Amino acid sequence: MGLKENLHKFKEKNKDKKWIPAFNAIHTFLYLPNETTHGGTHIKAADDLKRTMNTVIMALVPCLIFGMFNAGYQHYLALGEIESANGFLGASFWTLDNLIVGLWQVLPLVVVSYGVGLAVEFVFAIIKGHEVEEGYLVTGMLVPLIVPVDIPLWMLAVAVIFGVVIGKEVFGGTGMNILNPALTIRAFLFFAYPTWMSGDKVWVHGAVERDQMIADGANLDAISGETILGSYAQNNAVAYDYWDMFWGLIPGSVGETSKFLIIIGALFLIFTKVGSWRIILSTLVGALVMGLIFNGVVDSGWISESSKFYGLMSVPFWQHLIIGSILFGAVYMATDPVTASQTNKGKWIYGFLIGFISIMIRVFNPAYPEGVFLAILLMNVFAPTIDHYVVQGNVKKRMKRLKVKTA
Amino acid sequence: MGLLSKKDTKLITDPLADNNPITIQVLGICSALAITAELKASLVMGIAVLFVLGVGNVVISLMRNIIPSKIRIIVQLIVVAALVIIVDQVLKAFAYELSKTLAVFVGLIITNCIIMGRFEAFALGNGPWKSFLDGIGNALGYAVILLIVGFFRELLGSGTLFGIPVLGDPIEKTGVYAIGYENNGFMLMPPMALIVVGLIIWVQRSRNKALIED
Repeated sequence: MGLKENLHKFKEKNKDKKWIPAFNAIHTFLYLPNETTHGGTHIKAADDLKRTMNTVIMALVPCLIFGMFNAGYQHYLALGEIESANGFLGASFWTLDNLIVGLWQVLPLVVVSYGVGLAVEFVFAIIKGHEVEEGYLVTGMLVPLIVPVDIPLWMLAVAVIFGVVIGKEVFGGTGMNILNPALTIRAFLFFAYPTWMSGDKVWVHGAVERDQMIADGANLDAISGETILGSYAQNNAVAYDYWDMFWGLIPGSVGETSKFLIIIGALFLIFTKVGSWRIILSTLVGALVMGLIFNGVVDSGWISESSKFYGLMSVPFWQHLIIGSILFGAVYMATDPVTASQTNKGKWIYGFLIGFISIMIRVFNPAYPEGVFLAILLMNVFAPTIDHYVVQGNVKKRMKRLKVKTA
Repeated sequence: MGLLSKKDTKLITDPLADNNPITIQVLGICSALAITAELKASLVMGIAVLFVLGVGNVVISLMRNIIPSKIRIIVQLIVVAALVIIVDQVLKAFAYELSKTLAVFVGLIITNCIIMGRFEAFALGNGPWKSFLDGIGNALGYAVILLIVGFFRELLGSGTLFGIPVLGDPIEKTGVYAIGYENNGFMLMPPMALIVVGLIIWVQRSRNKALIED
């Protein structure tokens, strides 16, 4: 008898045990069981949850790998030990040294994110007596990509527990959550530990540590790792050109810097019909429109150059798409089928407002140099309302048509 | 038989647990969110409400037969406003710093639903002794939740309890801060108070299934 039958037999034999959901979860993840999760409000097609989740994870893997190399690259670049890579295939980027730093810094984030998150899911599944759902697989992958590389692991663990419990389980688990769990985790980190989530020190590995050494009296140069948005917000000159931003050779959260790889991931998601192209497109359109409005304000001379908003307002509108994490948010966060709008018309409105509000927060609130996660969480809350009005509008239209016909 | 009959005891103990004004009736949430970042403020707020509700309930109960029912809300408001002004003035005189922290929320005790709710639901129909016990009970139920929320928010948010550092010094890096612990700034913001209240409600209802509504 093969392993597969043995596992199934084992499962049948222990069906009534309390811990069986935990076994089932591992079984499902590592092998192919005979049954998959078909429930959940967001499963519309003939898919199962596992395929959806795996597709998103596959789309994220390039970002993760790039993020590892970039972590090392930014570290050594800031130390002045290597030359700038000058492009995606630059000689000083894809090196073993960079990868080792990345592995050392990023893999623990992945392990903590998955370990803690799945532990919480297992506990809830056992208490509530339902099967472990695959919902955390994507969240667990997204979380390490949207935090600074040097975030202390215990903070991440606390945030993951908070995000999974408050963001998801209290609403009834996968498919029932109102807010995107990964963004809930990020929001928690941002508001709980702001010194580790913003500023010019946290984005490059080693910068905080170096600061501490200098404070203790070591004779070293400080490492600066200002993000592009940070530079703009303070009206400083930006040290990177557009190609750096596009390829992703810039400081930032672990996995969101490479616009090139995000676009590839987006095409993959659209092609497999896992991500909604309507949401992605409308988010970008919303961002461009807001950017254009700000450019118009600057061009008309309605704002003086001494204004603290001048730097970000005068950024050419198309550049808003390659700085900050609007692209990552649009592709991987806004498209989360559970928390987004479900109707097609609703998706357009939902996406447009995400882009629009993201850029608005980015420009107007220097305390939040990146507003994408706040905008998405806000629109998550409004998504059911948008759907409601879209559906009601449709009902009204049809009623009218019916009246015309019968009259 | 002791000082209180069984029925009277219930008037005090019920609001502490199974009929808590905050977690079961969900009244008085506003102040519970706003002032619970510090344990000291929670305690003073609890005492203030204890005074206002205890005395107010007795006053309303004594007047219950002469208040014309058409203007009873106005009468109630006058009673509670008078008591709140007393509290406010006492705080300003003896604990000025604290009264600044509590700011407008002392004045807002007037609109605290728990107080008007107890006047309407209990004091207007019961004798002064019973009304007094009911007022004390409900105010204690309110204060208990405030103190629980305040405890967690101050401990996790500032690392102190009643202003006394218990987790070490965050600037000098002593105590738990030496091993990398940091205060949770989110705890100091009102949204976290709402979440803590929610968690208390969750724990309470999972311990006593009878409290779960459909």
